[in-house]
Amino acid sequence: MYALVDCNNFYASCERVFNPNLQGQPVAILSNNDGCVISRSDEAKTLGLPMGAPIFKWEAFCKQNNIHIFSSNYPLYGDMSSRVMSILKQFTPDVEVYSIDEAFLQFKGFQYYDFNDYGTQMRRRILKWTGIPTCVGIAPTKALSKVANKIARKFPNETNGVYVINSETKRIKALKWLKIEDVWGIGRRLAKRLKAKGCDTAFDFTQLSNDWVRKNFSITELKLKNDLEGVPSIQLDEVTNKRAIATTRSFEYTFSDIDNIKERVSTFATSCAEKLRKQQSSCYMILVTLSSDRHKKETQQHRTSKMVHLAYPTDSTLIISSQAVKAAISMFKSGIKYKRAGVIVMGLVPNNNYQLHLFEHENPKHKPLMLAIDKLNEKYKDYKIKLGNQDLERTWKMRQERLSLKYTTNINQIITVKC
Amino acid sequence: MLAKKSTNLTFFLPDTSNSEGAIFFDSGISAGFPSPADDFKEERLSLDSELIKNKEATFFARVSGQSMIDAGLDDNDLLVIDRSLQPENDKIAVCFLDGEFTVKRLKVEKDGLWLLPANKNYKPIKISPENEFVIWGIVTNVIKKL
Repeated sequence: MYALVDCNNFYASCERVFNPNLQGQPVAILSNNDGCVISRSDEAKTLGLPMGAPIFKWEAFCKQNNIHIFSSNYPLYGDMSSRVMSILKQFTPDVEVYSIDEAFLQFKGFQYYDFNDYGTQMRRRILKWTGIPTCVGIAPTKALSKVANKIARKFPNETNGVYVINSETKRIKALKWLKIEDVWGIGRRLAKRLKAKGCDTAFDFTQLSNDWVRKNFSITELKLKNDLEGVPSIQLDEVTNKRAIATTRSFEYTFSDIDNIKERVSTFATSCAEKLRKQQSSCYMILVTLSSDRHKKETQQHRTSKMVHLAYPTDSTLIISSQAVKAAISMFKSGIKYKRAGVIVMGLVPNNNYQLHLFEHENPKHKPLMLAIDKLNEKYKDYKIKLGNQDLERTWKMRQERLSLKYTTNINQIITVKC
Repeated sequence: MLAKKSTNLTFFLPDTSNSEGAIFFDSGISAGFPSPADDFKEERLSLDSELIKNKEATFFARVSGQSMIDAGLDDNDLLVIDRSLQPENDKIAVCFLDGEFTVKRLKVEKDGLWLLPANKNYKPIKISPENEFVIWGIVTNVIKKL
């Protein structure tokens, strides 16, 4: 059996643990730089605050409806997430942390367990120990556990947050209920194609022939189909090295000069390279994006991106930064007010296992240099070692006007109790 | 080592016979008297493991006020709170009462739940259904700076 455990409105729930006044109140969390809404409590959803709403447009709406707004507090969310995940590991050794607020669990040798009961225990323990409410879906396969989780979430009163698909009747009923566009792994384009074929529900999808699915889509969709039929085909993926690493940010101000853009792109590239080294991977491709402020329709718009292919994989800040800056310069148009840039590294390969190039290779001095830089930055914090094209004065200055405290990671910001 | 000779090129193979270096033995050979303490090695004491029994459920809080002074909780002390423990009679708990965190001793009486201060100048608080009230966690340790 598999389970999908998912935290309810995770970021909003984290804020509520340390500020119980917010219980029952509408809460919304903003993206980095206080850009747009990325997490909403149920109350905020009911009021009609949409996901992704740019806050400057919805500020008045939030004030009118007394929606409590917070900047994202990732140190807090990260710590709360790791608490939830390690509690889950007490229930089974096989846990795949799928994202910051959800995990797949596999149960091998649990055939005599009452899963409804076991799921309820998980929920209760996480809620009591951390204060985070969750939903649990349990089923014979990963894709079905995702479906069961959706049901637990949609019908909290009937399910008490736990739903188990453990019979053929329940499976069919669930699949007939689930719309095709809500199936895990079916994107918008795929859903459109399937709908044109008369597939409106997950059940319709499982009625297609294997050959047809294989021929018209790919092995991934075929595996998904089998999984939905109750035949375990999607494995628990315990190693979760990322397939792409991105650092994209809006700027505090708009920039129309190349120097500031170069500085930002170099800083983003540095951050990507650092994350690469942390997971011991190298990248083959660098995607650089530049864009103007799309909310200011009256100014001239320019959105562009460029992919750089490398001859050999690298995790060196020097190479990634210089290539990214070169790409940014080639795309830059004068007269545009740029508001946002991004660096995404892709084509990741593990450092201990990649193809060497016959004619070109990385300067062997880079590896030990990067190691030394990482060590120094770790020791002295605040990025004391930077590249020459990064602004030495500027630290990551994010707009975080409504930041809550780091209740669990900074001793000076823990909760105060009146005595 | 000579590998192959043709008219204008001579090939050599590298000599690898001595590239392994000396082999290092970590144990077994020692000149002095072996340390009699080796068999009795123990981990050095850790305050973390002493004060935090359940790290997933443990949080810290700072005390502000004097109402629990006779129970040893002074202004500015650091509290170790374990949310996994069950609230019981006589336990000291961090509660959320009517919009703020407070710390008091729990007392279950026939007429209901009371929050008892540990300072003569403060009055016990009776919890009524009108109160907004949650027991947030149980205090396990107090850490003071002297």
